Amino acid sequence: MTDVGRRLDALWRIEGARVVATLARMTGDVGLAEDLAQEAVADALAQWPAAGVPDNPGAWLTTVAKRKAIDGWRRRSALDDRYRAIARDLAETQDDEWEPIQDDVLRLVFAACHPALSREAQVALTLRVVASLTTEEIARMFLVPVATIQQRIVRAKKTLAAARVPFEVPDPAEWPARLGGVLGVVYLVFTEGYRATSGERWVRHDLAAEALRLGRVLAALLPREPEAHALVALMEFQSSRFATRESPDGTPVLLADQDRSRWDRGRIRQGVAALERADAVARGQGRGRGGYALQAAIARCHAVAPSVEGTDWDEIVVLYEALGRLAPSPVVELNRAVAVSMATGPANALLLVDALAADGALRGSHLLPSVRGELLARLGRRDEARAALEEAARLTANDRERALLLSKAEAV
Amino acid sequence: MPKYMLIMRPQAGAELFAGDVPFEEIINQVGAYNEQLINAGVMVAGEGLAPNDSVVIDSTGEKPIVTDGPYGEIHELFNGFYILEVASRDEAVEWALKMPLTRGSKTEIRRVTDESDFADFDDNEYIQKEKGWREDDAQRAAEGK
Repeated sequence: MTDVGRRLDALWRIEGARVVATLARMTGDVGLAEDLAQEAVADALAQWPAAGVPDNPGAWLTTVAKRKAIDGWRRRSALDDRYRAIARDLAETQDDEWEPIQDDVLRLVFAACHPALSREAQVALTLRVVASLTTEEIARMFLVPVATIQQRIVRAKKTLAAARVPFEVPDPAEWPARLGGVLGVVYLVFTEGYRATSGERWVRHDLAAEALRLGRVLAALLPREPEAHALVALMEFQSSRFATRESPDGTPVLLADQDRSRWDRGRIRQGVAALERADAVARGQGRGRGGYALQAAIARCHAVAPSVEGTDWDEIVVLYEALGRLAPSPVVELNRAVAVSMATGPANALLLVDALAADGALRGSHLLPSVRGELLARLGRRDEARAALEEAARLTANDRERALLLSKAEAV
Repeated sequence: MPKYMLIMRPQAGAELFAGDVPFEEIINQVGAYNEQLINAGVMVAGEGLAPNDSVVIDSTGEKPIVTDGPYGEIHELFNGFYILEVASRDEAVEWALKMPLTRGSKTEIRRVTDESDFADFDDNEYIQKEKGWREDDAQRAAEGK
């Protein structure tokens, strides 16, 4: 790539969201704004090698895109008086009104994560317009063809236009659900990266890194939302363990067996700070911890513990209880059972697991029999333990996990 | 994502020290820049270094010589740094180019080493110890000490 091409790529990562957001405010259409911005980027690639990179590249791109918007509206105004009026309004807009403002980026985030879009479309559009990644970069990280991502983005833009999604932050009545949706998109991107298996490990880590960066952007946009800070904290803690989650041959390494000395201490420190911010903001508003804060607090207990034995399991049990009250789910309940087994022994935990099994909520999942098998093994009920672990092995879709479960069954 | 350190090195005649820019203006411009870094999610750390209360130890001769400084040679000054976590070296360069009040200064951009730089020495006693030190650090941070 040429020097200008490389500079433009780097500049786009810095300026892209603000350029698109400003254009979206002026045109009221996120899809059109993104198209205009891309045309401006193409102009830059053509003109900058000869003319040099402008002093304020973001302003240059925005101004060029604005002119394209006006030209486009004028061409269409031959057909329609309404377009003529819009073109005139745009042309009369003072250039200083094209200065990017933070609120525009926030509106952009809410548009990209609008509930009219599918989750896949929200993810693709958010990475495209908010994280300012290229379609190629997104495709590479999701290990799908470029055409697939292109299609998702085109469809997302059409859906936003067809649904006449306004470029604005949601009403107070909608706010909690819409904020939850935005945070959910970011965390989904992160977990896509976090769950990576060996062959795809490195590209997927890029995805998790992008999610963390998006999370920090959100926390800066929404400093008074404790859950935005808490989500950053959760992702920092989980990222701190990247290096140790797999052995060099790709076998998953359980938390208990991970080399804690290799956890990234810088990340843990940043996670601790982000969780403290989340708690302080929540306290200031008289609110309790939300779902991300509780998960982050659990992750913190692990991150700062010197060993499995040295972990504050009592605290983790309390946190899972709170999480279960806030968002009841059989997976949370199962995790609580694991924590109980570490805090007070396998007998109490087995009662919880058997109650879950009676509910039938996790039927078909390998999670419940694998936990149950471990507990039975610790209680010395070997035949039952082996049967449960073998059942878990049958139910998992992951080859490496199956091998791990079978070797445990054999060792009982 | 890699981390880069941006090192500010004012030269003789740097606008920052010429006295033409009022101190409050410096605070405002640097503050706005810091805000951009935070809003973009790339800021890991950043500190300014005070011009007074500094010492230089010169070990170029036979014995170390301790002197107040660095006042003598302005090109030896190093008056602040940022650590940014960014997608690429190119992005670090673009952020550095956006830095305010750099006329008459040099900015150095250096990649911060990570575990991979020491991968060949993983069983070295001090590499292991360093991991332990960082661990203690994180625990102290967690306990709010």
